Amino acid sequence: MSKRKIQAAHVPIGECITQVQQILRERLCHQQLPDRPEGLEAQRKHLLELLRRTAIHGESNSVLIVGPRGAGKTMLLKCVLRDLLEETEAQKNLLQVHLNGLLQTDDRIALKEITRQLHLENVVGDKVFGSFAENLAFLLDALKKGDRTSSRPVLFVLDEFDLFAHHKNQTLLYNLLDVSQSAQAPVAVVGITCRLDVLELLEKRVKSRFSHRQIHLLSKPTFTQYLAQVRTQLSLPADFSDNQFAEDWNASVKTLVEDKSAVDVLQRHFNSTRDFRSMHMLLMLCLSRVSVAKPAVQPADLLEASRLCFSDAKANILHGLSILELCLIIAMKHLNDVYEGEPFNLQMVHNEFKKFLQRKSNSMYNFEPPVIMKAFEHLQQLELIRPLDSSAARIQREYQLMRLMVDHSQIMEALQKYPQCPTDIKQWAMSAFS
Amino acid sequence: MAELFQHPGYEEERLRRVAEQLPCREVQTGMLLSLMGQPHQYSYPSIFIYGHRASGKSHVMHVLLKELELPHATVSCVECVSVALLFEQVLLAFFGCDAASLLPRSASLSDFVRVYRQQCSQAPAKQTRYIVMEKAELLRDTDANLLPALLRLQELVEDNVTIILLSEIVWDKFRPNTGCFEPLLLHFPDYSKGELQRILSQDRHPSYSDEFYSSYINILLGVFYSVCRDLRELRHLAALNFSKFCEPLEEGKVKETDTHKLWRNIEPHLKKAMQTVYLREVSSVQWEQMQQMEEKENGALRGLSAHTHVELPYYSKFLLIAAYLASYNPARTDKRFFLKHHGKIRKTNFLKKNEKTSNHLLGPKPFPLDRLLAIFYSVVDSRVAPTASIFSQISSLVTLQLLTQVSHDDQLDAPKYKCAVSMDFICAISRTVNFEIVKYLYDFL
Repeated sequence: MSKRKIQAAHVPIGECITQVQQILRERLCHQQLPDRPEGLEAQRKHLLELLRRTAIHGESNSVLIVGPRGAGKTMLLKCVLRDLLEETEAQKNLLQVHLNGLLQTDDRIALKEITRQLHLENVVGDKVFGSFAENLAFLLDALKKGDRTSSRPVLFVLDEFDLFAHHKNQTLLYNLLDVSQSAQAPVAVVGITCRLDVLELLEKRVKSRFSHRQIHLLSKPTFTQYLAQVRTQLSLPADFSDNQFAEDWNASVKTLVEDKSAVDVLQRHFNSTRDFRSMHMLLMLCLSRVSVAKPAVQPADLLEASRLCFSDAKANILHGLSILELCLIIAMKHLNDVYEGEPFNLQMVHNEFKKFLQRKSNSMYNFEPPVIMKAFEHLQQLELIRPLDSSAARIQREYQLMRLMVDHSQIMEALQKYPQCPTDIKQWAMSAFS
Repeated sequence: MAELFQHPGYEEERLRRVAEQLPCREVQTGMLLSLMGQPHQYSYPSIFIYGHRASGKSHVMHVLLKELELPHATVSCVECVSVALLFEQVLLAFFGCDAASLLPRSASLSDFVRVYRQQCSQAPAKQTRYIVMEKAELLRDTDANLLPALLRLQELVEDNVTIILLSEIVWDKFRPNTGCFEPLLLHFPDYSKGELQRILSQDRHPSYSDEFYSSYINILLGVFYSVCRDLRELRHLAALNFSKFCEPLEEGKVKETDTHKLWRNIEPHLKKAMQTVYLREVSSVQWEQMQQMEEKENGALRGLSAHTHVELPYYSKFLLIAAYLASYNPARTDKRFFLKHHGKIRKTNFLKKNEKTSNHLLGPKPFPLDRLLAIFYSVVDSRVAPTASIFSQISSLVTLQLLTQVSHDDQLDAPKYKCAVSMDFICAISRTVNFEIVKYLYDFL
C-alpha cells in the first residue's frame, strides 16, 4: 500500500496508528463489550429471559453461570444487563448489587457492601451503623416487607461464587436464596464461577433452596471459528475516521489469517488453550509491535509473540545460573538418577561434585565448602530446589533434605543453550553413570 | 538504541535520557514501552517480570516511570507486613494523603476498592496508572485472595491501571488453585560476560585511564564469574579491591600497561577475597583495614566462622563427644567400640555390604538418652556419678543448640536427641581433652 498517497488524502498515518492502538487496546486489554456475544446465543436468550422476568414481572430466580476461566462469563452477563437496561421499565425498576468473592471475603463485609449499594436509610454518607446481627435483621426485614407487586426487584450478582461458599455457615448464601424461594421481595441471584463442582460445596439446606438452574459456557469453538474470532478481534470498526486506512488494515488482517505460517502459530495456540484471554494476550503482543514504520500486523509478529508466550520460564532461569550452580544442578540430576528420586542434602551433592572433580586433573572448579553452600542457597532462593519439610531451624543446613524441582529434559536443554559451557561439564551431564 | 526514539506520545528528549541510563537493557525497555503504549491508552492489566537478582528489573521500571513522569506507585512487598500498608501506599501515591486517610483502621480489599473507585470518579485517570510490586513472591504468603484480586484490579476498579509484578521466581509457582487472570510474562535475561564488563567499566576511577580500569574488571570477572553473576555483588567486590590493584602502580614498580605483573599481584588477593569478603566472613570495613596494614597477611584476621570455638566444662565436652558418637555411629557397633571385653567380632561381620553411604553424608541420627549416658561413661576414664549437674548440662547443651531434642512428646521419659555440630568442631573439642575421636567413628574405620 502506498503510504504517501494516504497521508496526502486523509488523516496522517501517525494519527491513524494512534487510533488503531486506542481502539484495539480497549478491546484487548480493557475487555470492552462486543455488540453481541458470539457463539453464546442460546445462553444469552436464556439469561435475558430470566432476568427480564425478575425485572418486569417480579419473579424470584437464582441461576449459576459456570465455565472455565476466560470463557466469557462476565462478558455474557454484562451484555445481557446492557440489553435489559435498554428497556425503560426494567431500567426504572431494577436495583443491582454486585459482589465479588475476592473482595467480600466474609459475610460481614458483604453485608456492609449490600447495604451500601442499596442506599438504605440507616446509611449516612458512607458509614454503616449497627452490628452484624442488626444489619442482617434490618436487611431481611426490608426484603421481607416487600411483596411481588409493590417492591422493586433486586439483582444480586455474585462473582467468584465458589468463594462465597467458603464463608462461615454460608449465612449470606442461605439468606439470599431463602428470600428468592419465599414470597418476599423479588430477587434474582446470579452466581458466576469457574468451578464445575460448585454445587458440592453448598450445604444441604442452601442447595435445596437453589433453583439448580445452571448456564454452562463450555462451548468448544472449531479452529475455523477461532480464526474468524481472531479476525474480528483485530479488525477495525466501520466508523473509523480514515476509511482508506481501515480498509487497508482490514485487508491486511484478512491476509494474515490466511497466511500459512500465521495459521500454524494460531493452530498451536488453539491446541494448547481456547480461552479468549490467552488469545487476547497473543494479539496484544502482536499489536504492541505495530508502529508508524510498520503499520500492519505481519506473520513474523505473530511468530515472535507466540515465541514469547511459549518460552519456558525455568529454562530461562537456568540460563542465568553461574557455572558452579549449574554443576550443582547436574550433580543433583545424577543423584536423582542413581537413587530414583530420593531426596538429597548438600553433603551428598557436594560429594557427587567432588567425584567429578577427582576424575578431572585440573582443579578449576575446586571451591571451598562455604562458597558451594552459598550457591546452594541461591538455588533454594530461586525455588529450583525445595526443602522436604519446613522444620529448617532444627536441622543443620548441610543435612536438610531437598528435592529438585527441574525436569531432566529441561536441564539438558538448558545445557545446550548455556553460553560457553565447558565441554567436560557437558560430558559429565550426558554420562548416565557418574 | 535507535528504536527507543520511535515511541509516540513521549518526548524524545526524555526517551534519550532513559536510554542513557539503561545500558544493555534496550530490548527489554523497548518491549515495555511498546506494551505500555501511549500514556492515555489502556495497557495490559497485569505484567509479570521475572529474572535473576540484579538483572535490572526494578531499575528499568524506576527509570522509565520516573523519567517519563507517569503516575505510579512503587511498593516493596517486604515492607508491607500487612495488606493495609500496601493499600495506603498505593492510595497515597495516586490520590494524595486525603484518600489514604479514608481507609478504615484494618482495611480489607473491599475497603480499598471502594475508596479507590470513589477517588477515581473524582479524579479519573488521564494516563495509565502503574502499580509496581517488588519482590512479588511474598504476595503468595499473604491473604490468598490478594494476588488474584490485584491481577484483575483494572476490572475491579474500572480505571486505567496496570499492575507490574517483579520477581525472581517463575510464574508457575504463583498460580493459585482455582486459577486467575493470567498476566503477561516478560523475562529479563541475565547479563552476559561482555555486558557485565561494559556496565562495570562505567564506574571507573577518575585518576586512571579507561583501559586500566577495564583490564582490572576483566581480571575480576576471570576470578569471580564462575561463581557469581550478581552485578551488585561484583560491583561491590570491584570497589573493594581496586586500591590493592593500584598499589604497585603507586609505588612505581610497574607501568599501567604491564598487565601481566598487575595480574600476578592481584590474583591471589582476589582468590582470598572469595573466601572472606564474598562470604561475609570478614566485613568490608575489616577488609579495607587489612589492605592498609601491609605487614598483616590477608586472612590472618579471623573471620566469623573462626569464632565457633566454644569454651565448655569438662563433662560437657565429653557429653558432646558422646552425643556425636551416638549420632554418627550405628547402634550395633557400640559393643565393639566401647566395651572392653567384646569378644571376637571380626570387622567383616559388622560391615554390611549394602551400607554404601556413610552417616556423614546422611546427617546425624537421633539417639535415646540411655545410649548417650552409656557411651559417656565409657569414654570418660574416671568414675562419674549421674548427678543433677550432668543432666542439667545435657539440657543446657540443648539450649546452646549444640544438641537438638527430636521429639517433643515427652520431656522426662526417654527423650531423644540429635547432635548438631560439625566434624571440625567436634575434632577441636576432643583435641582439648586428648580424645581421639576419629578412632571411634564408624565411617573412618
